[in-house]
Amino acid sequence: MSDVSLKGVSKRFAAIAAVSDLSLDVADGEFFVLLGPTGAGKTTTLRLVAGLEKADAGSISIAGRAVDGHEPAARDVAFVFQQFSLYPHLSVFDNLAFPLRSPARRMPEDEIKVRVQEVAELLRMAGKLGNKSTQLSGGEMQRVAIGRALVRRPSIYLMDEPLSSLDAKLRSDLRLELKRIQEELGATILYVTHDQIEAMTMANRIGVISEGRLIQVGTPRDIYESPQSIYVAQRLGQPQINLLPAGLLPAGHLPAGTQTVGARTEHIAIEKRKNGEAAVDWIEHLGDQNRLHVMLGERRITTLIAPDAKFQPNDRVSLKLVKPLCFNAAGDRIT
Amino acid sequence: MAEIRVQNLQKKFGEFTAVKDLSFTIPGRSFFCLLGPSGCGKTTTLRMIAGLELPSSGSIFLGGEDVAFKRASQRDIAFVFQLFALYPHMNVRQNIGFPLLCQGVPSAEIRARVEETAKLLRIDHFLDKPVSGLAGGDRQRVALGRAIVRRPLAFLMDEPLGTLDTEFRDLMCEELRRLHDRIEATTVYVTHDQLEAMSMADYIAIMNRGVIEQLGTPQAIYDRPATTFVAEFVGSPAMNLIAVPASLAKGSTSVEISGARIAIPKTREPALNGHFILGARPEHIYFDDASKFRGEVFGTEYLGTTQIVTVSIAQGQVKARIPASVKVTAGEQVGLSFMGERLSLFDKATGTAIKTALHEGGQHV
Repeated sequence: MSDVSLKGVSKRFAAIAAVSDLSLDVADGEFFVLLGPTGAGKTTTLRLVAGLEKADAGSISIAGRAVDGHEPAARDVAFVFQQFSLYPHLSVFDNLAFPLRSPARRMPEDEIKVRVQEVAELLRMAGKLGNKSTQLSGGEMQRVAIGRALVRRPSIYLMDEPLSSLDAKLRSDLRLELKRIQEELGATILYVTHDQIEAMTMANRIGVISEGRLIQVGTPRDIYESPQSIYVAQRLGQPQINLLPAGLLPAGHLPAGTQTVGARTEHIAIEKRKNGEAAVDWIEHLGDQNRLHVMLGERRITTLIAPDAKFQPNDRVSLKLVKPLCFNAAGDRIT
Repeated sequence: MAEIRVQNLQKKFGEFTAVKDLSFTIPGRSFFCLLGPSGCGKTTTLRMIAGLELPSSGSIFLGGEDVAFKRASQRDIAFVFQLFALYPHMNVRQNIGFPLLCQGVPSAEIRARVEETAKLLRIDHFLDKPVSGLAGGDRQRVALGRAIVRRPLAFLMDEPLGTLDTEFRDLMCEELRRLHDRIEATTVYVTHDQLEAMSMADYIAIMNRGVIEQLGTPQAIYDRPATTFVAEFVGSPAMNLIAVPASLAKGSTSVEISGARIAIPKTREPALNGHFILGARPEHIYFDDASKFRGEVFGTEYLGTTQIVTVSIAQGQVKARIPASVKVTAGEQVGLSFMGERLSLFDKATGTAIKTALHEGGQHV
């Protein structure tokens, strides 16, 4: 059992509450992503689990064992940082072997060899073990940095935006790789990011965090389809959810108290009509998606359209909402 | 605002040729992106336009005048760097006005122009604040203000959004583009991020190993990539490239792959060396039980409205973008069909596009 559990954890830095009364369970073999903007408290949470920060209140246990007061080294965690730092004078092999050669571990050299070889194959780097780390591309360096965490087989891997310094193509390659490696190893990962695509594509569960508080926890589909609040609804989905006053567009029956309706692409039925109440402003071709921007009076509504859809700027259109998300005056979801 | 014309531009660093015989024209008032992976020569090209690097040979015309070998200070351009540095001991007003102060502009005029610039950037409400307390986005706006206050002939930007959060980057992209539309300055923007380029540029030049592989509008580049490099670099996920061991006669309207007939845009030239590549964007592939082109689902990536499904086929893997409402499980056997009229074809040996009906009737740049 290598689950991790946080109970009522709080941490303040002077006047700022970085983490407030945060409770969270990560199950064995789970890929858990904390998603939030810069300053939300996600990195602090990770550092608290690692033992790099000391909590003001609450308790943390790893694999069923309370670790409060334990030194980082005694917690059986591996940390992968945003900025990967490899030893430039060492080969890929020696970089990967480094954590195993720690005097505290006293692992025999032939066992180290087997471990490093295994991990290198997992990372598809077996052919480059002899290379100096300075001869690697950015993506390869980050793979080695992840590999250095993997050789140790800790109870949990803590990852702090490990892909954010890579370019888009590498990032998308490594997303799939990391997910594959995690599944193959059955590894438990607590991963923090501000990138919703990373969260959606890799996580078993996402925890949406804001101002030090965990707001909603669920599978990517749960969070996307059933956000508890406007705040959460805005965190997932590209383009961002359209927020409209209730009654602006026909939407069928809405629950009593609905103040705002949230409409994503799948909630919007749009058709060309001569006297339609809205007009196409422009079509934004982003490559992987085509966004249709429609002006309804002063309001902009953005939705995705199929690549073969025939819309032109200034086309009059008529809009209807189909089972949109409904929120009350406080911004909470109602059904 | 000025047109920028680059002619036979070349830059060597010792044995290494960073930029090879580059020629292109940036129309005045346009937003032009140099897009490519690191090391492709895009930043070197920008630095030569700026005068921060001297070319080995070639010319650069800025508003009709060849400036290739002039000092940076003698070219009427403004450069915005990736890491924006502000003077910490000056307030917002002084930071923005600094370039004018250096030029010896009278203080009344500095005041007027700083205020006008600040209005344009919507930062006029905190002109007298110190810069130290500003949030990242506001700092970036102040840095932009310092660049545009001089009203130069052109703006050159080297990944100015590279260090920002994704959410914030989207916002700044929109702002930069709006700002460009308001001041109509010729802008040359360097990035490795295809999404930034696609969302802001009028024209994109895709660079690879010191040469431009394709220059065109974002949509033309996306719909009709000129090479397999462009096909893979633009779009996320990349265009699927399926190698087919067959020749193609001129006038073909379909190809056979693994026993399945797949419609293609009518070819206007032959490809007779026994190999070609079929290119399909993920959104142009759909599930079709009736199709003889079959594969096994390898994995899915949920994206909310859509999902990316990776399917293992005889030729490797393809990624399809389909609605998230379709239930798909790993290991499942599926049939795949293609939107025939949208497919691209490439010569396998050279990687260049084979001309088809797809290349007609569209806008060429």
